[in-house]
Amino acid sequence: MSRLTVRKTYKLWIGGAFVRSESGRYDEAVGVNYPRASRKDVRDAVAAARKAAGPWAARTAYNRGQILYRAAEALESRAETMGVPRDEVDAAVDVLLHYAGWTDKLQPVLGGINPVAAPFLSFSLPEPTGVVGIVAPDAPALLGLVAELAPVLAAGNVAVAVLSESAPLPGLDLAEALGVSDVPAGVVNLLSGRRGELARALGAHRDLNAIVDAAGERELSRELDRLAAETIKRVRHGEAARSYEDATDDALERLHAVTELKTAWHPVGA
Amino acid sequence: MSSSVETRTSIVWDYAPAPESADHIRLRDRYGLFLDGEFREPADGRHVATVNPATEEPIAEIGWAGPADIEAAIETARAAQPKWAALPELERAKYMFRIARLIQERARELAVVETMDGGKPLRESRDVDIPLAAAHFFHYAGWADKLRYGVNAREVRPLGVVGQIVPWNFPLLMAAWKLAPALACGNAAILKPAETTPLTALLLAEICQEAELPPGVVAVLPGNGETGATLVRQKKINKIAFTGSTAVGRDIQAALAGTGIPLTLELGGKSANIVFEDAALDQAVEGIVNGIFFNQGHVCCAGSRLLIQESVRDEVIAKLWQRMRRLRVGDPLDKNTDVGAINSAEQLSRIEALVAAGESEGAVRRTVECELPARGYWFAPTLFTDVSPAHRIAVEEIFGPVVSVLTFRTQAEAIEKANNSRYGLAAGIWTDKGAKAFEVASALRAGVVWQNTYNHFDPTAAFGGYKESGFGREGGPAGLRPYLSVVR
Repeated sequence: MSRLTVRKTYKLWIGGAFVRSESGRYDEAVGVNYPRASRKDVRDAVAAARKAAGPWAARTAYNRGQILYRAAEALESRAETMGVPRDEVDAAVDVLLHYAGWTDKLQPVLGGINPVAAPFLSFSLPEPTGVVGIVAPDAPALLGLVAELAPVLAAGNVAVAVLSESAPLPGLDLAEALGVSDVPAGVVNLLSGRRGELARALGAHRDLNAIVDAAGERELSRELDRLAAETIKRVRHGEAARSYEDATDDALERLHAVTELKTAWHPVGA
Repeated sequence: MSSSVETRTSIVWDYAPAPESADHIRLRDRYGLFLDGEFREPADGRHVATVNPATEEPIAEIGWAGPADIEAAIETARAAQPKWAALPELERAKYMFRIARLIQERARELAVVETMDGGKPLRESRDVDIPLAAAHFFHYAGWADKLRYGVNAREVRPLGVVGQIVPWNFPLLMAAWKLAPALACGNAAILKPAETTPLTALLLAEICQEAELPPGVVAVLPGNGETGATLVRQKKINKIAFTGSTAVGRDIQAALAGTGIPLTLELGGKSANIVFEDAALDQAVEGIVNGIFFNQGHVCCAGSRLLIQESVRDEVIAKLWQRMRRLRVGDPLDKNTDVGAINSAEQLSRIEALVAAGESEGAVRRTVECELPARGYWFAPTLFTDVSPAHRIAVEEIFGPVVSVLTFRTQAEAIEKANNSRYGLAAGIWTDKGAKAFEVASALRAGVVWQNTYNHFDPTAAFGGYKESGFGREGGPAGLRPYLSVVR
């Protein structure tokens, strides 16, 4: 008798847990069901992300670099199961490695001592902006997501990402790879569903600091800009990364977009 | 004998008036727009008087730009910008060095005009605003031929024509913060000074003429909020930079939605000034005073939420109140004045409304009793105690000489209270413990953190906010990035 295969139940990844949509809704793709996240799921994901933001930012740059490296290891080991061409997985792994190396370079590159004309040690240092919403492009489903996620994490932020609408499974598979790496719960939250609905809910959320939009939909971009203005969110629009070079040539701009600069003045002498 | 000292009648030494002379300033009765290198009448001929808030007397008639003038300014800027960007970089720097030098040369005149037009004490315009404006031009002049080093790029490009809107609290200084990096990067700029304080921007336009800056590289278009709203809605503009209220910043960000036009915003604040029990308290009190009463509290980063550790609360408040009672409120042109005039009748009524809300919500108000001039707009230094974090005076920006006192027991509570704001512009820390200062500074979600000082600015040090205090930085290499595009 032939063996019956064990099917995988695809789930959202929120706060480190694999969960169905609270709405109970699902969609179907290539013969499997996957959750259609709701606005409530977006809110839950932002809340989980906010909880994880402080501790993630407080880790040493070295530690965050190692965790991103470990994520690359986990992805490499599952390369054949991601459901996308092998060279796309390779590029995604390399992008993770590239940004793993950024964690302890960003501060010296963007920051420095300010030679102020007064007896103070004044310095400016980059800090993470906080919780970042990511709107991933439809394609490439994996690389397009990782290209946005990696710089957000490397800069010390946490993320809530809306996955490719037409091909959500590679993103949900990535959740499982990250889930067995050392990425702490809530640092990455991945939601499948209708992009328009979820992205607008993210854009309107008052406890989100920034939006990175790589979906390339004109009307949605305009709407996100408008929603972002309500709480002065930082917004970066970009095109879907189709290669390692696309994802890394403008690395500093990607990192800068989700970074704040803090200037501190400490007295020298009395 | 000490007892005989105590029985002596106390002598109150008052200050003699020490007004700065205004007879060396050269002001015209009427100013046009500065467009294409010359002063011109606005297309619709509209002029509005700018008023001295300390006397309510008009100073000069100012031409206000209408839509046709804005379009004309953009056209001339578009024509001038490529030539400006194509100049050898050091030549571009030389024009800016000239401007810095001319500001220094005319420093006293600019200080007096700034004080007359805006109401700030001469001591501040003379010692802070004008020298810093010159320093800013000098600093960014030196960047003009080193741009790619500032942003770690191999090749950079200017953005084109930039629209810049500045507020009334530091009129010339904010104009310098905007213009200097924009010009260094090879952009042409259209500057919209604030409705109530256009004069020093127009004097700066004269300085641009004197420096022989190529026509069209800088335009100065006075007007009101409507003028600014028209400027930010121009299709042919390549960047908008705004300093002002969060409400207006939000409107601008929404107006630019979908256009792809880059934007930087420097908005409001409700900054925490945190006094720990181990601070040098007398020094801290001076810092609190400087933090909130500098420029009548018309400062986006003003230390308007004073957080005092409970163990020293009574002592700090007693010392602060004693110090506040010695603040000299009055004629801004008097060199001994500490607190000048409120910038406008409109701003005065905003302050009065929020102070009334503070009282009605149950906070305890203390206002310094002092003689205020009969004419002009004035508000005496005010202290609120028994403030709860939910009170409007603990949440909303007052932008006046009003400080709200809250208390805390532990360092963790201080950090949590300080960060409990939709704003994140600045913060102050008063402690003599180095490790504590570094730890608290890194935990605060604010763009600028001062330890044992407050309201200290420098052209080399980035300034700008977190959260709803805006995005983008001014000062230092970070201040170049908003005015460049990185090619590779």
